[in-house]
Amino acid sequence: MRVALLGFGSVGQGVAKILGEKDLDLTLTAVADSKGGIIDPGGISIPEAFSRKAKSGTCGRPKLSALDIVNSDAYDILVEVTPTHIDDGEPALTHIRKALALHRHVVTSNKGPIALAHRELTDLARRQGVALRYEATVCGAIPIIHTLQHGLLGNEVKALFGVMNGTCNYILTRMEDEGLTYDQALGEAQEMGYAEKDPTYDVKGLDTALKLVILANTVWGMDAGLKDVKVTGIDLITPQAIQLAMDQETAIRLIGEAIPSKDLLRVSPRIIPRNHPLLVEGTLNALTVVTDLAGELTFIGKGAGSVETASAVIGDLLFIRERYAGRP
Amino acid sequence: MKLEMKDTPGQLVSVLGPISKCGGNIIAVIHQRDPESESDTLDVQIVLDLPAGRLPALIGQIKALGVDILRIGEERLLHKRSLIMIGHIMHTDISDTVDQIDRTGFAEVSELSLMMPAINERSSARITIKTANRIDMESAVSILREVAGRKELLVVEPLEEWT
Repeated sequence: MRVALLGFGSVGQGVAKILGEKDLDLTLTAVADSKGGIIDPGGISIPEAFSRKAKSGTCGRPKLSALDIVNSDAYDILVEVTPTHIDDGEPALTHIRKALALHRHVVTSNKGPIALAHRELTDLARRQGVALRYEATVCGAIPIIHTLQHGLLGNEVKALFGVMNGTCNYILTRMEDEGLTYDQALGEAQEMGYAEKDPTYDVKGLDTALKLVILANTVWGMDAGLKDVKVTGIDLITPQAIQLAMDQETAIRLIGEAIPSKDLLRVSPRIIPRNHPLLVEGTLNALTVVTDLAGELTFIGKGAGSVETASAVIGDLLFIRERYAGRP
Repeated sequence: MKLEMKDTPGQLVSVLGPISKCGGNIIAVIHQRDPESESDTLDVQIVLDLPAGRLPALIGQIKALGVDILRIGEERLLHKRSLIMIGHIMHTDISDTVDQIDRTGFAEVSELSLMMPAINERSSARITIKTANRIDMESAVSILREVAGRKELLVVEPLEEWT
C-alpha cells in the first residue's frame, strides 16, 4: 500500500527510517514537513529526503504543501505526525478530516485531533469504511490502544491508571535520586532533550490529561474533553515533599486515572509504595488496566523517542495493510 | 474489653445488642467456662471494632444491663493514611488544619512531619490521619482537601489500591 507521511520531525523521521530499512510491503509515495513536500508515485528515496532536510531544512520542495498531498491521489494511508496543537488540533485535524473524507486510512501520533474530535473522526472513518488508528498518541511504544480495542475483547475495563508522561517522571525521579529542586531537575531534563523549552504542557499535566481523554474515549466511548479532567501538575512539588514520601518507603509520581463508576478523570501527583508496579524510573511510562476477566494488567515501556513512537505508527500501518490490502 | 456477667442464659446475647446499636463490629468473643469455678458470674472477652467516640455510650449501655466491665483495652483506630501537603503550611495556621480533622470525632491526626527549607519558602508536611473505618477516612480526607484548597495548599494523596 502507498503511504503519505506528513511531518518529518522526530516521529516522522523514525517512521521513514523504518520504512527504508524493513521490507514491509509499504511504499512511501509522499512526504511533507512544515516547509515543503514531495510526491513520487514510484516511491520516494528516503536517504534523499533526509539529506534534503539536512541541507535545505525541508524534506521536500517548497512549492508543495502538506495539504496538497492530502488532496492528491498519491496515497492509500495518511500518516499524520505533525506537531500537536492542543487548542484547535490544527493543522492535523484538517489533514485527517480531508483524508478520511477521500476514503483514505489514517494513522496518527497527534494527540490534538484525537483528543478534541475523537467521536467525529471515528464516526467519519466508520462511515467511509476506512481505518483511523492512533496507537502512537498514548504512551509511545506501549501497544495500549491495540490491547484495549482487540487484546481485551470480552473484558469490561473498570479502571485505568498510569504514568503517561516521561518528562514528569524523569523530573520526579531525578529529584528523588539526587535531591534536586524542581527547577534543577527541569533544567537537566531540558538539557537532555526530555523537556521542551516551554515545559508547561508536560509539567502542568496537560499531556497526561490528553492521553487520559483519548483512552477514556476509546475504552468507554465517552465524549470527554480536557475540560472534564481534573488536572494538577508537578511544578509545585518540593524536594522536602519527596523526602517525606521516601521516609515511608513511598515515592511521588504523576498519575492519570480514569474510573467511570466514580465519574472520575483525574491527573495528579500521588504517593505510591516503592514496590508498586507503576513505580517506574526515568522517562519510562507504565499503565495499569483493571478488567473484570483478566484482572489487573500493567504495561511498562518507553513513552517517547523517535523509533519507539514510530514502532506504534508502523504497527498501525501493518494492521491496516493486513486488513485492507488487496481490497478494491 | 473484658466483661463480668451473670452466668444465666441470654446474658451474653443481651450485651451484643448495644454493640451493634453503637455501630460496632465484633471481631471475636472469647468465652471460657472454668468447671472448677463456683462463682455465679462468668468472664467474657469481646474484641470489637467501634467508630471513634462511641465507646462512652457503649460502656453506659452495658453497665445499665448490670454487667461489669473488668477491663477495656486500648481504643484503636484501625485505618491510617499519610498525605503530603505543600505550601505555606505554617502561615495558614497548621493547628487549625489539624483541628479541622481532630474535631470531627471520627478522625484524628496521629502524626505530622514538617519540613521548612527557608523562611518565606513553601514548606512540606506529611500528615497521618487515623480513623476507625474506610468511610470515615474518605470523609476526613475530603475535609482536608477542602481546608487545603481554601488555604491554597497542594495535597498529594496516596494512590489507593483498587478493590
